[in-house]
Amino acid sequence: MAKLTGRELYVDDLPSADHLWGATVRSPSPRGRITAVEFDPSIDWSEFVIVTADDIPGRNAVFLMEYDQPALADGYVRHVHEPVVLLAHPSRDIVRRAAALVTVRVELEAPVLDFCAVPEAGGIQHGTDNVLKHILIEKGDIEAALAAAPIVVEGEYFTGSQEHVYLETQGMRAHVDGDVLVIQGSMQCPYYVVKALVPLLDRDEAGIRVIQTATGGGFGGKEEYPSMIAAHAALLSLKSGRPVKLIYDRWEDLAVTTKRHPSRVRHRTGVDSDGRLLAQDIEIVLDGGAYVTLSPVVLSRAVIHAGGPYACDAVRIDGRAMLTNSAPFGAFRGFGAPQAFFGLERHMDVVAARLAMDPAAFRRVNLIRDGQQTGTSQTISDGADRLEVLDTALAACRWGTRREQIRRHNESHPLAKRGLGLAVFHHGAGFTGNGEVMLQSVVHVAATPRGGVEVRAASVEMGQGTTTIFTQLAAERLGLDPDTVEVAQPDTHRVPDSGPSVASRTAMVVGYLVEQACDDLRRRLGLTDAARGDAVAEAIRTWYAAPGQEELVGEATYLQPSHVEWDEETYRGDAYGAFAWAAYVAEVEVDLKTYSTRVTDFVAVQEIGRVLNQTLATGQIQGGVAQGIGWALLEDFSWRDGAMQNCQLTNYIIPTSDDLPPIRVEFLETPYSHGAQGAKGIGELPMDGPGPAIANAVAHALGVPAVAIPLTPERLMAEHDGLAAREAS
Amino acid sequence: MSVPHRSAGDLPVTGDTIAIRCLLNGVETELEVDPGERLLDTLRYGLGLTGTKEGCAEGECGACTVLLDGLPVNSCLVLTFQVADRRVETVESLDEALLAPFLAGGATQCGACTPGVVMTATWLLANRDLLSSHRIRELMAGNLCRCTGYDGIVQSIERALGADERGDTE
Repeated sequence: MAKLTGRELYVDDLPSADHLWGATVRSPSPRGRITAVEFDPSIDWSEFVIVTADDIPGRNAVFLMEYDQPALADGYVRHVHEPVVLLAHPSRDIVRRAAALVTVRVELEAPVLDFCAVPEAGGIQHGTDNVLKHILIEKGDIEAALAAAPIVVEGEYFTGSQEHVYLETQGMRAHVDGDVLVIQGSMQCPYYVVKALVPLLDRDEAGIRVIQTATGGGFGGKEEYPSMIAAHAALLSLKSGRPVKLIYDRWEDLAVTTKRHPSRVRHRTGVDSDGRLLAQDIEIVLDGGAYVTLSPVVLSRAVIHAGGPYACDAVRIDGRAMLTNSAPFGAFRGFGAPQAFFGLERHMDVVAARLAMDPAAFRRVNLIRDGQQTGTSQTISDGADRLEVLDTALAACRWGTRREQIRRHNESHPLAKRGLGLAVFHHGAGFTGNGEVMLQSVVHVAATPRGGVEVRAASVEMGQGTTTIFTQLAAERLGLDPDTVEVAQPDTHRVPDSGPSVASRTAMVVGYLVEQACDDLRRRLGLTDAARGDAVAEAIRTWYAAPGQEELVGEATYLQPSHVEWDEETYRGDAYGAFAWAAYVAEVEVDLKTYSTRVTDFVAVQEIGRVLNQTLATGQIQGGVAQGIGWALLEDFSWRDGAMQNCQLTNYIIPTSDDLPPIRVEFLETPYSHGAQGAKGIGELPMDGPGPAIANAVAHALGVPAVAIPLTPERLMAEHDGLAAREAS
Repeated sequence: MSVPHRSAGDLPVTGDTIAIRCLLNGVETELEVDPGERLLDTLRYGLGLTGTKEGCAEGECGACTVLLDGLPVNSCLVLTFQVADRRVETVESLDEALLAPFLAGGATQCGACTPGVVMTATWLLANRDLLSSHRIRELMAGNLCRCTGYDGIVQSIERALGADERGDTE
């Protein structure tokens, strides 16, 4: 309710008396040595706090996976907008104007901007070949299978970048409280910020306290970049001794923060005439941008999902993330899987067309049945009925009937063409492979004196419903009134590290730990697991009735389910503890006067273990589908020197309410034994399907290749004209 | 010191102020503001009414929507002196009971667009003859939301329209 009445406090809503406003001076060039930093002599710079790389007390890197990305460039820049100098001043208006009056001079070196081209010797900036990460998955004898296959179909597919466009732009506030540096701000991963600041500031964890404020959307965009902004706010605050707010406006947020990795995906697919998959040879290349950030793990998720929810005995998936001198790409809902599925699921329609098979029938032949294996040789035996997922989606859109109606419609409508497209996919929830073991997430559930509990975890609420879900899980586990359950604001000096709020892991993995911590609390109260409700509340009140009684806290630490085995070296085994399964259908109408494409119907069917909260789960799916529709049709980039040029919501277009149809959502449920109440993760899943479903629908409507998104009117007109030219010749 | 005005698109910081009066959330309010100050900044940083959010600063996203003489406007595009002798209503003025359908209907996730959404919805609910010529999705198209896909917002407004007709607020 606080969000509806405007009482919820986001970072820029925190009281602003007596603090300074920060601003960032950035590189104008994509690559080269900094020769000078010039401060306009008409300004009295003594009124400003000025921070450069020389002011960094520790190691100049924003650490996440590597120490390669500086907090402030020190003599050399690798991308446009790389931060070089920080300013702070009491006036927000003045500091923003002043930032434009500091000039960074760079001796330009030739930048690497094409992630698909082999870099020339002078362009090598990482290892011997600019490959940030290479992953190879092999199953069976791919060359023999391709040679033996009666039909081999090749295809090449491209996806563009994407901005998160969380409605709250990024921002941080830093102040010093005694010996402790306090960071407050918009973020998904409070402990990532701590881990980045410890080496940078040469402080221990006791000297850094990170508190998440209400966060106005994340979608992955507030996974790693907040550590950079926190570092900057901290440096300004430590140098000035004053509180500092560093809040990005929309232009800066779009220009400098991480975005979705652009991709190229190639397929060589062997099939027999019955449509059985005999060989999948897949190559994925991602544009990683100028620093490592999270590209290795984004690539990992891309390659693992690249073969899709299909059984095939011969699989080779070769993935590379390439360094370029673009502003770094990073985490975004789906995390590599949407790129992989665009290539795969668009290609499945291309193969079906070659076989003259219905696209749904072709997928049905190959969908994994229980007991069969994925591309990483993970045996699927979760009891979920993937055929039912597909059939439910086909029934909801009346697939066969509708395709026939559309065929007749298109015959009689020369300028308004309709199409119906399908995508079938899956998404693994939680960290990949042994990732959850490495995280060792911890959750506390503390008894409160009035007979309730407080859930303490670092998993943040960013709109996806963490607070509601944790409240519901603890209340139902202990039989307590939800009004007596509180969820602590993530504060690294108060809550344990339950891991980052990413990878669709919060409800499934951390929620399960909430349940375990409730059980542990019950045991510490001397109760059996059967004790619920008043018995629990009464035992808690009795505990605190004793004078001087210390706080009672239940604790749970992650344990890998025994069925999960993963080999990081060969990329074989159980990539994820659980997958959600989905089939999406998009219907589109393309206006051949303007070449604009409108989605007129959307059906999203998914099997997600268990629906914990119908309103929240439906909202997650609808929001993800809307974001996927934007990626497929609207969200286009104008690049110059590896930097985004269209950094406004006037020229970077996301869907409005009038651009979207109602999104029809259906859930199927087969409980997962290691998820909270049987739930599997769903946050990212809906991002995977809309891209290929819409491209398949557009291809169905017009017969165009539709091998690259976004399918803007300009791109579609060029494809359609090309088609007409080929037909004429 | 003041930073010199360099770009034609910027408004100069002159140090001069203009005194105005307006009716803000039902209260007669006197303000003294720089001529270049945006209503959004006066509300947020001058008066502490932080419910109104900045989403884009160019009138595209609607997060800063307030009602000016009953009509929804983007307060990032209104200079404060322009509201002299006029009526301004922000999200802080709304009756909580009227917002119940939005909570139940899934209209809010992260909450950053929400104050703007409920202000436009308030205007729509007070002017329902608009629905004879426009659909809810058209009327709400000035408020961008990145979380819900809009179904939750549209259904909440439908719920609120129905609740009013039934004489309850759920």
